[in-house]
Amino acid sequence: MGKKIAMETNQLAAFAMAQIDPDVVAAYPITPSTEVVQEFSKYVANGEVTTEFVPVESEHSAISACLGAATAGARVMTATASQGLALMNEILHIASSARAPISVVVASRALSGPINIHGDHMDISSIRDAGWIIMVAEDAQEAYDNIIQSIPIAERAKFPIITSYDGFITSHAVEVAEVLEKEEVQKFIGPKKPDYSVFDEKLTIGVLALQDSYIEFKRKQAADYDKVIDIVKEVGKEYGDLTGRYYDTVEKYMTDDAEVIMVAMGSTAGTAKVVVDQMRAEGHKVGLLKIRLFRPVPKDDIIGVLRTADAVMIMDRAYTYGGVGGPLFEEISAAMNDLPCRPYMANYIYGLGGRDIKPSHIRQVFEDGLKAVKGCGFDQQIKWITVRE
Amino acid sequence: MAKDLMPKSWKEFPDGIHVEVKDQPQGFDYITAGWRTFRPEVNLDKCVHCMICWLVCPDNAVVVEDGKMTGFFYDHCKGCGVCANECPVKAIEMVPEVK
Repeated sequence: MGKKIAMETNQLAAFAMAQIDPDVVAAYPITPSTEVVQEFSKYVANGEVTTEFVPVESEHSAISACLGAATAGARVMTATASQGLALMNEILHIASSARAPISVVVASRALSGPINIHGDHMDISSIRDAGWIIMVAEDAQEAYDNIIQSIPIAERAKFPIITSYDGFITSHAVEVAEVLEKEEVQKFIGPKKPDYSVFDEKLTIGVLALQDSYIEFKRKQAADYDKVIDIVKEVGKEYGDLTGRYYDTVEKYMTDDAEVIMVAMGSTAGTAKVVVDQMRAEGHKVGLLKIRLFRPVPKDDIIGVLRTADAVMIMDRAYTYGGVGGPLFEEISAAMNDLPCRPYMANYIYGLGGRDIKPSHIRQVFEDGLKAVKGCGFDQQIKWITVRE
Repeated sequence: MAKDLMPKSWKEFPDGIHVEVKDQPQGFDYITAGWRTFRPEVNLDKCVHCMICWLVCPDNAVVVEDGKMTGFFYDHCKGCGVCANECPVKAIEMVPEVK
């Protein structure tokens, strides 16, 4: 049983980073992730970490410095959100193709405009094709656990990783979390063993590959990226053996016999669990599938849970303009196409820009699902909720 | 990629965007110099092999053998002229690319 502490999630993220003690942190502050590097810089100033801290003038420079340090063989971390992550976009693609195992903490926030600093999943959704591993935490405990696990996941998979939690809703909430000792963290993550280094004079890094070889590089990258799913499971199990908190790519909550299953990501999953408990007590067979690994999509795990449901309610705190619903709905619908017989599926776009999602909203979604099962599906497949109609 | 370095299958490609340097400084035999209007030419009688041109060349286009500067990879040199500008003994001249 580890030590329990009460901290804001951002501070807890900085605490986790200090326990990891990365070689290099290059960062530029942006709300709601500012506190992560602000607090981390105190650990640097107090000499509690050995990290080379590089304050830069933009997020583009932050991730560029991180990539440079990673190609030199360093263990590298940073934190950002929203427009800051968007500004990193160009380098994100290079980092993933360079297999640089950088770990980035993201306090997920809306993308402007209008200007909004609050929590939704538009930032992480907008970079889902950048080839990074993306994990989303429900609460402070999971945020801490994911950050610790991000190091072995990224370094074994040889891909960069984002561990996110909801801006403000989670980032600025004080919660009790059970933490490891620094020595335990160091033992769990082990020393960094670089796969290659810019100091190896036999290597050229960042090659040009044109029509004759680019597609082979990408085919290899895609195949290796698919292996991330098993590595996330493997590290989640090892972490469970150490802490008692086991993790998988998804979390099932009363789904085994559920007729109606909600799919949600981030803090909403916590609210949904409360509603599932209430509705179960009333005799309704409802359940929740929480997505922990957003990228790569743990397709088989998702299908395995949803295939026996009668109705599936997919909750997206993000939107793809002109797409077929939100990002989770698009991916899960595509994954479910493999099944000969599919449940009714509906998509709910909610909570953009930090708009509250309350138990009453979630109950309404479950009731829509129960109604669809009794009748014949949904009147409307894609619905916006928590919005003034 | 140089033909002798090209793996037969994508499965043998590197885990990343780094390749081993063999004959070509970029690991590839692409010609990426088609738009040059001036080319550097070195007078090896004047050259003191200080390696400043090798250090400043943005395209690894300076050939070095046994610690001596011997010339340029013209398949990669874009003709930017940084080497000629930085050469402390003025041993490099930028010559117009005319027939």
